Amino acid sequence: MPADTNTTRSTGLHVGEVRPGVAKVDPILVADNITRSFGGLKAVDVDHVEIPRHAITALIGPNGAGKTTFFNLLTGFDKPDTGEWSFDGKSISGVPAFKTSRMGQVRTFQLTKALAMLSVLENMKLGAKAQKGENFFTAMLPWLWRKQDDEIEQKALKLLERFKLDTKQDDFAASLSGGQRKLLEMARALMSDPTLVMLDEPMAGVNPALTQSLLDHILGLKADGMTVLFVEHDMHMVRHISDWVIVMAEGRIVAEGPPDEVMKNPAVIDAYLGSHMDTDLGVVTGRIETVTAPKREKK
Amino acid sequence: MDWGAIFSNSVVWIVNPETIAYALATVGLAIHFGYTGLLNFGQAGFMALGAYGYAISILTFGFPWWAGILVGIAASVLFALILGIPTLRLRADYLAIATIALAEVVRLLFQTTTFDAVTGSADGLGGYHDSFRAANPIPKGTYGFGPFTYNETDWWVRIFGILLLALAVLITWLLMRSPWGRVVKGIREDEDAVRALGKNVFSYKMQALILGGVFGSLGGVVFAMPSAVIPAVYVPSLTFFLWTILLLGGAATIFGPVLGSVLFWVIMAFLSNLLPRMSEAGLLPFMSNQQANITRFILVGLALMLIVIFRPQGILGNKKELTFNAR
Repeated sequence: MPADTNTTRSTGLHVGEVRPGVAKVDPILVADNITRSFGGLKAVDVDHVEIPRHAITALIGPNGAGKTTFFNLLTGFDKPDTGEWSFDGKSISGVPAFKTSRMGQVRTFQLTKALAMLSVLENMKLGAKAQKGENFFTAMLPWLWRKQDDEIEQKALKLLERFKLDTKQDDFAASLSGGQRKLLEMARALMSDPTLVMLDEPMAGVNPALTQSLLDHILGLKADGMTVLFVEHDMHMVRHISDWVIVMAEGRIVAEGPPDEVMKNPAVIDAYLGSHMDTDLGVVTGRIETVTAPKREKK
Repeated sequence: MDWGAIFSNSVVWIVNPETIAYALATVGLAIHFGYTGLLNFGQAGFMALGAYGYAISILTFGFPWWAGILVGIAASVLFALILGIPTLRLRADYLAIATIALAEVVRLLFQTTTFDAVTGSADGLGGYHDSFRAANPIPKGTYGFGPFTYNETDWWVRIFGILLLALAVLITWLLMRSPWGRVVKGIREDEDAVRALGKNVFSYKMQALILGGVFGSLGGVVFAMPSAVIPAVYVPSLTFFLWTILLLGGAATIFGPVLGSVLFWVIMAFLSNLLPRMSEAGLLPFMSNQQANITRFILVGLALMLIVIFRPQGILGNKKELTFNAR
């Protein structure tokens, strides 16, 4: 495991007692009463949740907990059955995905969506907002957008350098490795100067050598003043970089809190290892030990 | 065998109005499929709207020729909207089904006897040439050399068609090197990713559908200009000839449709001259003259399969950019 490099952990994000749906001092994203059913299955059923601003929040939970579905609902890629949610104080319930993105809430995908037959640089330039040359009519008059396009290119090159992809700028995105595509997708999202970056499993399928670099980049986003919300499986990753952890199971938010505390929450253990109503508390305590054990080794 | 006649009958197809019309319609198809990833199997419908829009507005409403072209363009824009609004939100394969069906609806509407007074039903329309020919700046006479010898009317149709084709190619080239082109190419690769970057994907797909459709209708106009409008032309197999041309030349290329169309028609003409003569000369003992002539369509089908298997990017396509990756 990579060493704990998070020296900038934010604390004091919540107001009052820590429990699922606790109010935050400065929430950027607030969602109420969100439900989404697929046939008979209630995939998401969230009463209330707030995402703290200028912090890294992890959304964790076992497979099928509804994390990605919840993500899709918040970003407008899917429509919930009920519920309201707002971003930066403005209601974005039912707002289509491309508009929430323009408002500064940019997401990435679990299955990386690098635009394979575009060059790395073109992928990046596509991410920039409010491009004059993207209008059908002005597109045919290059002198109207050439200057802006050059500025966008400079910005893209700078970001590529930061993500160590600058040597690949003219290659098709299809030629990148899985981890490099993850980096490209993250860098591309940054082209729009987002306020909230939503990463769906940024570590999935990334080789361990790149993991540390990805973690550093995520911490870097926060250092640049962005808010990060990410979905993740791996508890250890989560503990290293997140300031706040929200745990989902069976569509509901079962716990939230600062990473170290939330890992000890019996509801979280249950969520990960399954509810065993017929086993006694001693066994559950034993499980807590197994979960926290790696941390002791490390220190 | 008369090789001289076979040769000259074949090379004239380089600048035939049919060649230009097919190239125009295929430029539209390149925008749809090659650049935006829209599987349009109804380009024949757009061509029919261009041809009928041109002919009907001249014959029935007495419009001048240029207004007839504008009517053809307007009809294809309307058709693109009707086609696109319900289907562009669907996956690419559903769009393909809808386009082939709607293009057939268009053709059958023009063919039905119900509107015979306007559309001429199965006989089609003819005799709308006066206005266009009156606008011909070329003095009366015969011009050209060798097999490319035409009178002023034939040249006027060809020159006008080439100008339209050049304009379509220029617009495509300008758009595809612009940020607009970047967005539609992004949509071709993965529309959800483009949506996540704040682009209105539906709007871009619609713009591409309309633009390609307008080029299709201009192809229909050029197709109608020298001769007549016959509904039996605008059958689905016309669309598949356009696809053959597109894949032959290169789906995501600027000049692929032009090169593809020229090659397609020259080869077709060559085979239609060669095969019956071979049959006459007894070189194809197992088939009649007529069968030999039809064999060329089998060979075209075979060629399409070979292209898709061995050179999916087409003649002009980038080797790395295998654009035949429709989802």
